[in-house]
Amino acid sequence: MQHRNHLGDINTVHQVKLIDKGVVDIPMLQIMQPDGSIHSDATMPEISQELAVKMYRTMQFIRVLDERMVAAQRQGRISFYLASTGEEAASVGSAAALSDKDMIMSQYREQGALAFRGYTTEQFMNQMFSNEKEPNKGRQMPIHYGAKELNFMTISSPLGTQIPQASGYAYGQKMAGEEAVTICYFGEGAASEGDFHAGLNMAAVLNCPAIFFCRNNGYAISTPAEEQFAGDGIASRGLGYGIKTIRVDGNDIFAVFEATRKAREIALAENCPVLIEAMSYRLAAHSTSDDPTGYRSKDEEARWHAKDPIQRLGNWLAAKGWIDPAEDEKYLAAKRAEVLDELKRVEKVPVCSIEHIIEDVYDTPPWHLQEQLQELKDHIRKYPDAYPKTASRVKE
Amino acid sequence: MAKMNLLQAINSALISAMTQDERVMVFGEDVGHFGGVFRATSNLQEKFGKARCFNTPLTEQGIMGFANGLASQGSVAIAEIQFADYIFPAFDQIVNETAKWRYRSGGQFSVGTLTIRTPYGGGIAGGHYHSQSPEAYFAHTPGMKIVVPRNPYQAKGLLLASIRDDNPVLFMEPKRLYRASVGEVPEDDYELPLGKAEIVKSGSDITLLAWGAQMEIMEKAAEMAEAKGVSCEVIDLRSILPWDVETVATSVMKTGRLLISHEAPLTGGFASEIAATIQKHCFLYLESPIERVCGLDTPYPLAHEKEYMPDHLKVFEGIMRSVNF
Repeated sequence: MQHRNHLGDINTVHQVKLIDKGVVDIPMLQIMQPDGSIHSDATMPEISQELAVKMYRTMQFIRVLDERMVAAQRQGRISFYLASTGEEAASVGSAAALSDKDMIMSQYREQGALAFRGYTTEQFMNQMFSNEKEPNKGRQMPIHYGAKELNFMTISSPLGTQIPQASGYAYGQKMAGEEAVTICYFGEGAASEGDFHAGLNMAAVLNCPAIFFCRNNGYAISTPAEEQFAGDGIASRGLGYGIKTIRVDGNDIFAVFEATRKAREIALAENCPVLIEAMSYRLAAHSTSDDPTGYRSKDEEARWHAKDPIQRLGNWLAAKGWIDPAEDEKYLAAKRAEVLDELKRVEKVPVCSIEHIIEDVYDTPPWHLQEQLQELKDHIRKYPDAYPKTASRVKE
Repeated sequence: MAKMNLLQAINSALISAMTQDERVMVFGEDVGHFGGVFRATSNLQEKFGKARCFNTPLTEQGIMGFANGLASQGSVAIAEIQFADYIFPAFDQIVNETAKWRYRSGGQFSVGTLTIRTPYGGGIAGGHYHSQSPEAYFAHTPGMKIVVPRNPYQAKGLLLASIRDDNPVLFMEPKRLYRASVGEVPEDDYELPLGKAEIVKSGSDITLLAWGAQMEIMEKAAEMAEAKGVSCEVIDLRSILPWDVETVATSVMKTGRLLISHEAPLTGGFASEIAATIQKHCFLYLESPIERVCGLDTPYPLAHEKEYMPDHLKVFEGIMRSVNF
């Protein structure tokens, strides 16, 4: 039955028997309980003190960053922000199980993975202020990070497009003989896009070493998961594509870590994709343009606050004696100060000069773009007050 | 040199590219062992293995998404969309992803090694889902290059240049000519320049501009006009984006008249863009309004295909309207 493609070896039955959901019960891997204790029958992943503390501090940093940047948006200092509050374990725990060589293709709520790879506060700020120090040259809205040196593909807004791209990237890695995989993050809402189907099917058929990591956080902006799909979440679809699949507690960083570590091992050893569905909850609003009070209750949010992934790991670390809870406040205060300092400094950095507007459309700007730039510069020179960000730097 | 039809020239270019660079991969629906529904990829799987020439599932958006990812990794991706009429499920991947990849990442990442091959155009009794010429949709997308060859020699040289150009290229193949157009083609590797039009026939009274399969029509109409004493300069635009304004404008300043022809519908077709640009560059040189001889603003018909097509008679009439203005 393993390689049945069309009609070979199908058992026959002689009565109508429909297959319905529930025939396959997909459980959820949980290693650490919400209070931070480990299930007695669970196998703890091998995690050093250094790694465990790094994961914890990265999650704390992201929580601080999110709080500060939402506030900065409210103050009108940046145009947009998108927090990952409540979901930090999903991105940090999965990134921690990867090699730095692995490509990350993210959706937009995976700042935890990026921070884990080493993206600095200054880099976060440069991107959000779209300034001239930002390698993406200020061409995209805040939170559309990209860092080649960290193998973190630049984010694009259209939902789900990264899913078939991850299949292609992973195929290229395999062909080039790289000992590396591609991880692709997306939400349960994005999994309704056609690109999800296309991407997973292609990865399975073409044997691509990719990890498809779904953050099922319960909401796509205001649309709850029950209005997004009628099947058993996203995990149930993996079976249909012939993809090895696991569902994990997305707020249990050990479950996320171990599932991802195993997925990577399988993807490389067997040249195949793996699907992970991490069950979590978007405690944050969708973005700063969203207000969840219109579509969900405070009670519901409170139930998930109780499952906070940072607190959970903090409890475990404290019980283990690997952190001093008193250090937490110091660390948080230091990170808040760092974010604010960088924010103040970076918001004064100018945007790229106007010449950059025509760069990177093609490998070199063709004649028509050069012509259009020249006309634009002439115009800016004529009306400098109307274009304060660039007028003072317009060269001949 | 060898006599080849346009399909064989494409096949020869793909073999050259795959031989010269092992990062080159060719994929799409039915392109593997079967060699593609038109046989453009014949024998590639046998020569280069299943890992480098392979079938994909039937999903155009998936093919283009996969191609984008593969190219961004550094592989040389040559994706086939079986008919240009079926490229639209991949429109988002091409317009929002392929074309913006380099720009949005500040040049950190790119899909410059991507080439999209797709057969386009009518004249094969294909009705509206096997005949369209969608170049204008993509010409509205900065970041893309669009190339259309008119014969086997052009096809091989332009395809090799497209594959090696460090920008994503949409390479549109005139499927009516796949077997109909036969010519001498070097067996060796060669490239023809992108972004450069070619004057295929010099003349002094009117400039006739087209690309791809329509070039044959232009030459036929030019012969008819020559018989009436009208000297035609015939230009193959070859690249739709970026396009060679200089060659066209220089010609129009000499002839004072311009006729543009394409199979795609008139309204919003690429001829509109050319007309707008040329009237700006050549306003005081023009002896008559710029003529556009194009498809009707209808879906591409089946029973009325012959009537719909901007054939040599319609082009001839356009030429006479222009010179008699």
